[in-house]
Amino acid sequence: MSTIASADAGIAKVTAGQPSGRPDPTPRFRLSVNLKQSGIYIAFGLIILLFAVLTDGALLQPQNISNIIVQNSYILILAIGMILIIIAGHIDLSVGSVVAVTGAISAVLMVNLDLPWPLALVITLVAGGLIGAWQGFWVAYFGIPAFIVTLAGMLLFRALTMTVLGNQGIGPFPDPIRTLSNGFTSGYLGNVGLGPLGGADLFSLLVGAVAVAGLVMAQWRTRLARLGYQQNVDPFPIFLAKILAAGVIIMAVVVQLARFKNLPWVLVLLAGLVLGYSLLTNRVVFGRQIYAIGGNLQAAVLSGVKVKQVLFWIFVNMGVLAALAGVIFAGRLNQAGPTAGNSFELDAIAAAFIGGAAVQGGVGKVVGAITGGLIMGVINNGMSLIGAPSERTMLVKGIVLLAAVAFDIWTKRRAGR
Amino acid sequence: MTDDILRMRGITKTFPGVKALQDVNLSVRRGEIHAICGENGAGKSTLMKVLSGVYPHGSYEGEITFDGRPCAFSNIRQSEHRGIVIIHQELMLCQQLSIAENIYLGNEQASRWLIDWNRTNHAAAGLMERVGLRENPVIPVGDLGVGKQQLVEIAKALSKQVKLLILDEPTAALNDEDSAHLLDLVRGLREDGITSVIISHKLNEVAAIADSISILRDGRMIETLDMATDQVTEDRIIAGMVGRDLEHRFPPHESTIGEEVFRVEDWTVHSPTQLDRVVVSGVNLRLRRGEIVGLAGLMGAGRTELAMSLFGRTYGANISGRVYVNGRQVQIKTVRDAIDHGIAYATEDRKRYGLNLIEDIKRNVSAANLSKLARRGWVNDHEEFRVADSFRGSMNIKAPSVLSPTGKLSGGNQQKVVLSKWIFTNPDVLILDEPTRGIDIGAKFEIYTIINRLADEGKAVLVISSELPELLGLCDRIYALSEGRITGEVPREDATQERLMQYMMKGQDELR
Repeated sequence: MSTIASADAGIAKVTAGQPSGRPDPTPRFRLSVNLKQSGIYIAFGLIILLFAVLTDGALLQPQNISNIIVQNSYILILAIGMILIIIAGHIDLSVGSVVAVTGAISAVLMVNLDLPWPLALVITLVAGGLIGAWQGFWVAYFGIPAFIVTLAGMLLFRALTMTVLGNQGIGPFPDPIRTLSNGFTSGYLGNVGLGPLGGADLFSLLVGAVAVAGLVMAQWRTRLARLGYQQNVDPFPIFLAKILAAGVIIMAVVVQLARFKNLPWVLVLLAGLVLGYSLLTNRVVFGRQIYAIGGNLQAAVLSGVKVKQVLFWIFVNMGVLAALAGVIFAGRLNQAGPTAGNSFELDAIAAAFIGGAAVQGGVGKVVGAITGGLIMGVINNGMSLIGAPSERTMLVKGIVLLAAVAFDIWTKRRAGR
Repeated sequence: MTDDILRMRGITKTFPGVKALQDVNLSVRRGEIHAICGENGAGKSTLMKVLSGVYPHGSYEGEITFDGRPCAFSNIRQSEHRGIVIIHQELMLCQQLSIAENIYLGNEQASRWLIDWNRTNHAAAGLMERVGLRENPVIPVGDLGVGKQQLVEIAKALSKQVKLLILDEPTAALNDEDSAHLLDLVRGLREDGITSVIISHKLNEVAAIADSISILRDGRMIETLDMATDQVTEDRIIAGMVGRDLEHRFPPHESTIGEEVFRVEDWTVHSPTQLDRVVVSGVNLRLRRGEIVGLAGLMGAGRTELAMSLFGRTYGANISGRVYVNGRQVQIKTVRDAIDHGIAYATEDRKRYGLNLIEDIKRNVSAANLSKLARRGWVNDHEEFRVADSFRGSMNIKAPSVLSPTGKLSGGNQQKVVLSKWIFTNPDVLILDEPTRGIDIGAKFEIYTIINRLADEGKAVLVISSELPELLGLCDRIYALSEGRITGEVPREDATQERLMQYMMKGQDELR
């Protein structure tokens, strides 16, 4: 605006004594932001490399990659719900117990009552939502800290599980549920030879190729749109290198999976959830309001964000996702047990924080939480492959969690100067 | 030669970009009650913080001599050790602890390592009797009213062998009866040889109790009046506080005033914590298109409370009254309602209530009107970028890009982000609470220019400010608020600082 510009010039002599010539903070800051944002992925890469070397490559064998995904799927699903709650500045300690109780509910419906599995699944997810609504009510509308509400929930829903199940498990689950948790896409299109790598499932490879193509398309369109709005974008070679790297990694994982038993169904489910929730947090008004609440609650209230509603619904969402994880976990073990989901909440919370969420809220990404969960999964898996006792695995995970949060606070302190 | 208990010489205290105190001298005679007067932001509290060591020695220039010896306090403990105790406007008591525990907090009555509760409670009872507080020393402080809590603070000061008692706005939150009791108590302490310094806006109280009055304005000591020898009237004090140095700090502006757009009738608000306390009482306001209207009032007059209660009832309880937007009566129950009816409110404390400091400029600008950028729930983040970037240009926000976090910006640029956020909601009425607080002169000029531009676009702007020159330089019409009531309405032509100050202060007596 020219009026302001001239006004600015008119008072230049007044402000001459002020520190107007302060150094531009941009370059250093941009570097630390990049370090902060990509640090987690670099760490993930290094951890994979470390264990690949320590296990003589066993970590990256087709079956092992498949195992890591299937064994951690329920934690990753929980981590998606948890990251939303942590971004809003809250916590949910009850998810392990909710996994147990929803697993038990699904077992009663599918095994004892013999309901058709799709109906039983829907009822279980609704039950999870109601559990979330119960907790969301106390947190959002009654104002009890989520720590307390969900600590109570942890006890309540564990007690409920034990009441439903008595002291024994219920099983076995119907085949479709077991396939969802444990099974793989079947070779609809047969195998193709990959030279020295042997045969691989063509369908899986095609899905991988479509995923990569979709990624390239999406990135390219974003780039064009940004250019159209005259925003800064990466130089083309760097853009190309990033896309290429992402594509190669995705295809490498898919090829290994295709060489084993095709794509795990939970991977397909997870991919859908990650995509959906990433869009939710980045592009949907509701998702963006979660960040506003966690970043500055008062400012969000005074900007017209309906804070109570948003909080309520992210707890409902957590309940539904915990129910999904509950069904998958029970299906994987082929029975719902009274101790199912013990300490899952800690793994999900750790995944979120390792993945770059801030303790004060307002910061975090779905992809970060997934990466955090996978870091823990790779550590678990790698440590067991090299025959380390479980106490040592726990020790390493504890140190990684502490280091990740220390790094987060350190970068923030540097940026805050 | 008079016997001065305290001498402060050449005190200069600088904050980044602001000289809060400039070469201030203050002498306080032993055993007197010395009042310090000045407008909000004149530097009264800063001076007392320098004296009590809140700002450590070395962070200011100048010399302090207390009780004949020089002072170089690096924290409050050291000043308290010498007998200087400050009682802040916001009481520093632990609500859940007992009266006795609060009195001896940090000074526990212990034999070896164990607290001697009998001794603590007994000694506390003695101090409480001295200040006229008849309560059981073991009940929690939170059960007492504000007036009695004030007495606990004084008892606490007495327990530290106080020689110089500093009271910052001691009666601001008290009713008449409690105020009178407190002032009697301060007189009683004078008989015991305790010197008091009182910071107060209530000039009638000052005139009644003080032996001397020092007046600060814009960080400078203007004068010290001796009540015994000088002819001191309230008008005389006001003249000193206001001064007459209006410079050309405001962009020239002629308002084109249109039809009425916002009207408030008989607006009454009670305190949410003390339901029987009326914070805003029977306020009537009207704003017209293209008009810049000021709201003047001292701290605690209810300015922010009025604004926030109007803005979606974000403050207050038992709110009554009527609001009309464009001639139609509207019910505004939530912030969303307020925004939807074209009302915007930029808060007084932008860091705490206005901005998400960890997010970038772009997301702060869009925060109050995200749905405008969204189609069926999907935010168009490219459009968001474009909108934010255009505000960066039009508001002259000095940042490398709209992706810079707002926490890294200067106060003036942060304020421009807040204004952008509200302008993006396309309001008819903007309520700006202390829009230039804590920002430098250059940025102030830019904010004034933006406010003028908003008025030219046909919006009604209500500016709340503690700085009277700002209201006089900016506004077409100014309301004065005192103790929750509108005590005056002055058009630009007739407005002077003296006149406004009289409305802002004298209204208090006339209302009773």
